[in-house]
Amino acid sequence: MIAYIGRRLIQSALILLGVSIITFALLYLLPADPVRQIAGRSATPQTVENIRQQLGLDQPFFVQYWRYLTNLLTGDLGRSYIQRSEVSELIVSRLPASLLLMLGAIFCELAIGLTMGLVAATKRGSATDQTLMLTSFVGVSAPQFVVGLLLLYVFAVRLGWFPIGGYGTWKHLVLPSLTLGVLGAGWYARMMRSSMIDVLRQDYIRTARAKGLRRGTILVRHALPNAILPVVAMIGIDIGIFMGGIVVVESVFGWPGIGQLAWQAIQRVDIPIIMGVTLVSACAIVLGNLLADIVAPFIDPRIKLR
Amino acid sequence: MTTPISPDMSTPLLPAKPRSGIWRQLLKRRLAILGLALIAIAVAGAILAPLLTPYDPNEQMFDGLTLEGAPLPPSEKFWLGTDLLGRDLATRILYGARTSLIIGIVANGAALLIGALVGITAGYFRGWIGNALMRFTDLMMAFPALLLAICLAAILQPSLWIVALVIALVNWVQTARVIYTETSSLAEREFIDAERTIGASTPRILFRHILPHLLPTLIVWGTLGISTTVLLEATLSYLGIGVQPPTASWGNIIFENQTYFQVAPWLVFFPGAAILALALAFNLVGDALRDILDPTQRGRA
Repeated sequence: MIAYIGRRLIQSALILLGVSIITFALLYLLPADPVRQIAGRSATPQTVENIRQQLGLDQPFFVQYWRYLTNLLTGDLGRSYIQRSEVSELIVSRLPASLLLMLGAIFCELAIGLTMGLVAATKRGSATDQTLMLTSFVGVSAPQFVVGLLLLYVFAVRLGWFPIGGYGTWKHLVLPSLTLGVLGAGWYARMMRSSMIDVLRQDYIRTARAKGLRRGTILVRHALPNAILPVVAMIGIDIGIFMGGIVVVESVFGWPGIGQLAWQAIQRVDIPIIMGVTLVSACAIVLGNLLADIVAPFIDPRIKLR
Repeated sequence: MTTPISPDMSTPLLPAKPRSGIWRQLLKRRLAILGLALIAIAVAGAILAPLLTPYDPNEQMFDGLTLEGAPLPPSEKFWLGTDLLGRDLATRILYGARTSLIIGIVANGAALLIGALVGITAGYFRGWIGNALMRFTDLMMAFPALLLAICLAAILQPSLWIVALVIALVNWVQTARVIYTETSSLAEREFIDAERTIGASTPRILFRHILPHLLPTLIVWGTLGISTTVLLEATLSYLGIGVQPPTASWGNIIFENQTYFQVAPWLVFFPGAAILALALAFNLVGDALRDILDPTQRGRA
């Protein structure tokens, strides 16, 4: 087990190294010039050249990357070109808001998705089942910005139950979490349904039924715990999906997390921030997958570690 | 966008069934019929747009705004209302279907092609090429696809084709993984060994014997992928870094009119419903196809 985790950690580190190289190369090759953005239109060629030298952007690619990498190993993500502060500080200050949003979304998708899947599986083949599955398809097909805008219109503009945007109280959290969670709720409903149907086919369920246990008892005590675990083990993988979704959701709701930070940075070609957020996201995805892989054999001993 | 579950289609594979069989089975499923109908409506709308509407998508009409200059709500003259520039919304949505479908087909086709090439090469030839390709695929899986697409689209000068390219560049990864798994298990089967023994050339084995077995997977992923592509294009265009106005796209209609959405919610609602309907349609058909083409999955997800 420890050897397995160790091997996976090394793999993860290599993947992150690769991610940093590719991101760096992409931003290096792309036509947008950060120096022009910083200097502004009226800058003289001399000023532009000075800024370029100051930022070290006149150096060859490998020199720039090597400097970036060595700084990275000491936890230094560089300084923002525009905001004049450390990228790591900016990210750390924005991270709690995004984590809160993701927790809210995980809660929403599990609460909605698992309930839907459970009901659909127990009423398999009925009209309820079909309606729920169609609803879950709608959930995975709905663009997040449309869901966000609709929720805003109905619950904030019309009904006034929740604020239109911003950050602070639990009321601010509800609509963004729901928006971010709708996609996952659709997936969880489908996974929970198929997992539950699989479990209900097992011999021990038949045995329980033969013993004369009540249907409710069989479902809650015998089937549910076995059906729910493999589904919940997927939470790690959600993190990766959230990392893209938060850019959209945070921009719709004005939520001050790293998604908004990234979006502002992208618009201003603030490369150190874009690099930083991409790396943090990649870390989250790699860790999430690692977590899912490590948790899986504990949940289901039939899964063997490779 | 990555999906949390991937259909496991690595185990018993039957050769692709005749097409008529697939159609007949599709038409037995209510959800698949709904999906096909929605796709048919979108395709018809896109092709027949000039015949279906008396307006031009970029025509800013004098009577298309209120006296105060606000968009008009749905009426007899403008069925879905008008947008902030006094253009007919229904017309723009019809023409927007063209954008969505073109990007859906081109970008997803390209992604499928890249994914299949990478997957087959890595799965059949193995060795250092296969290893390198699959490690690269693993690497790509660690990128948040949407964030990567946003970065690329924002920094490149966006146009219809750049958007398609960006989407293809982030969406091939899943296909590559699935095709790799299938090809590598196929390559070890006895009938492929037998072909090699009788001296069949590599292209012959690949095209005559491997590819037909991969077709069901490619059809399923190709269909589901269009849904992902449509959503990604809409999201990029909504952020203002996708298809650029005045070319109508469902995403950029919402982007342009967002400031009016509190007073004129139909400007978000109708194009939003269109995006949802098209993405839903391809998901429904793709899921039904998976059920039909992969017996091991039947009755499950």
